[in-house]
Amino acid sequence: MNKVYSRPALLKRKAFHHCAGCGHSVIHRLVTEVIEEMGIKAKTVGVAPCGCSVFAYDYIDVDFAESAHGRGAAVATGLKRAYPEAIVLNYQGDGDLAAIGTAETIHAANRGERLTNIFVNNAVYGMTGGQMAPTTLLGQTTTTSPFGRDSKIEGHPLKISEMLALLDGVVYIERTAVTSPAGIRKTKKAIEKAFRIQMDDLGYAMVEILSPCPVNWKMGVLESWQWVDKEMVKVFPLGIIKDTTGDRYAH
Amino acid sequence: MAAKGYIEIDQVMCKGCEICIAFCPKKSMSVSDKINAAGYFPAAFNDGSECTGCAICAVVCPEAAIEVYRE
Amino acid sequence: MDGNSVIGEAAIRAGCQCYFGYPITPQNELTEYMASHLGRKKGCTFIQAESEISAINMVYGASLAGVRTMTSSSSPGISLKQEGISYLAACELPAVIVNMTRGGPGLGSISASQSDYFQATRGGGHGDYRTIVLGPSTGQELADLTHRAFDLADKYRVPVILLGDGMLGQMMEPVEFKHEAPEVPPIRADALRGAAGRPSKIVKILSSNPRDVEELNWSLYRRYQLIAEEETTSESFLVDDAELVVVAFGIGARIARGAIKNARDYGLKVGLFRPITLWPFPSEELQGLSEKTKNFLVFELNMGQMLEDVRLALGDKADVFFYGRPGGVVSTPAEVLRVIARHYYQRGCIRA
Repeated sequence: MNKVYSRPALLKRKAFHHCAGCGHSVIHRLVTEVIEEMGIKAKTVGVAPCGCSVFAYDYIDVDFAESAHGRGAAVATGLKRAYPEAIVLNYQGDGDLAAIGTAETIHAANRGERLTNIFVNNAVYGMTGGQMAPTTLLGQTTTTSPFGRDSKIEGHPLKISEMLALLDGVVYIERTAVTSPAGIRKTKKAIEKAFRIQMDDLGYAMVEILSPCPVNWKMGVLESWQWVDKEMVKVFPLGIIKDTTGDRYAH
Repeated sequence: MAAKGYIEIDQVMCKGCEICIAFCPKKSMSVSDKINAAGYFPAAFNDGSECTGCAICAVVCPEAAIEVYRE
Repeated sequence: MDGNSVIGEAAIRAGCQCYFGYPITPQNELTEYMASHLGRKKGCTFIQAESEISAINMVYGASLAGVRTMTSSSSPGISLKQEGISYLAACELPAVIVNMTRGGPGLGSISASQSDYFQATRGGGHGDYRTIVLGPSTGQELADLTHRAFDLADKYRVPVILLGDGMLGQMMEPVEFKHEAPEVPPIRADALRGAAGRPSKIVKILSSNPRDVEELNWSLYRRYQLIAEEETTSESFLVDDAELVVVAFGIGARIARGAIKNARDYGLKVGLFRPITLWPFPSEELQGLSEKTKNFLVFELNMGQMLEDVRLALGDKADVFFYGRPGGVVSTPAEVLRVIARHYYQRGCIRA
């Protein structure tokens, strides 16, 4: 028998603190696989956000730094500008990237900063116990929208990826989901593309990944994976939102 | 003729989320009745299953707890 | 050169490669100087960030990469940077932050003030930490202390605040730059540049175990003690026979110096004690002066901030009086002379 799949060597041998069925665990594994397969550990520096992925550095075995909540795009900008040879990974959740960090996100994108941005969208603030996020769906109950999100009072889910696509500095944004085998495979390809774009010095690249949060959605694991594929994609449709790289990366 | 496959599930890392069980096309896995140290009932590979080594289980596993072998 | 530009030139000569800032009066000449001098310089970066918050976080990022980096702002913008400064202190990342103080609180005024002394010397952001604070008083000191700020930041791996003010920033004075820009800019040995040939490094403070954070705090405080022992700096002017010592820093000391020279012409034995490191505060030197005289007059352009450090240092060993103007009002030497004279002639008389 040949081994056809093993745990990536760059994934530190530590049990994820994330809940069972959490999308972050899948995404951490995919990011690690991509870094390993592309052989870029020696040049990669990661910026970890506040949120459930605050401990990303405990799992992905590359140089990593903590960032203040929401400021990952600015920290990554400073790092990349100071040392352009680095391959900078900016990993953020929806509160980090699209609430407190909105200005940093938009302006890093507008400047076309050469960063690989992984945006994990689970429609809720996970680590702090399930509060409403900018991407929370209408009608979705969270601890700070206990009556269900009402557009008249709490506004609509924020489509930051579509907003960023308007900016000339952005070359690639794709939205995927990690809630099915096909989705996970597509996500890995998108992550790899986002790294390639940085290495080819083209511009701002981001992958928005719809991710399940079973505990804060108060669902079973499989139910939460299905909720992404059935409900979240109605508001956040999957697919390429912007891609100006042409067929540069066509196989 | 389909390939023959075999998997190993890390009983320590598995959190019993049962996603692999749900997605396995050959229904080759089920929940173990042996609780692990973290308090989960991990997934277990069924002996004599028709596993083809497709690796879907490993692809979906959040804990990266599955290693896959194929002839 | 105007003071703001002096800081910029001195920073470049100190090897500063990355500047991140945002427009705010009265320090825009500094941001603009960096734009024209660093903006297209090879290996250097100038970014006008989208906010002061972004700018300090870009400084954090550049410091991670091991380069000399700085930001500048004025009072309200420095308030915005406090979280970032706390993070720099926590992660032991060197950086230089320049505050050209204006009248406050709130939007305040655009004129010079010294009302950010507490903010600068008490940590300013959340948590138990300190930053070195340097208080320049002349154009020449803007040049010298900017250079020293970068050296201190790297030596001790702490953020350093250069506490200037709106008037110093605008003043045009001849300045001699004593340093040339380095041929090869310095890169810190512990920079985060990718795990090539070594285990990966993590820069962080968060821990699930508070004991880890506790230990970092103790280690920082041991370092602060060392800084206090090695770097405390002050200047004494005409104190040997003084019967009244004025304590002032920065632009306040500049004004007081003029007043004291006039006072001496009138035969008043007045001297000046000028802290140059505002943190660490030169308490010992000040206590030494209380052997010579019991009369101290603190003069600052605020409601009495350094006053508290002076009182803390002197305790009941001396009578400490205060004169100040807040909000961006700048006293004249003549005004300060009147106050000095009053306290001088009434020294020893504590009136109700």
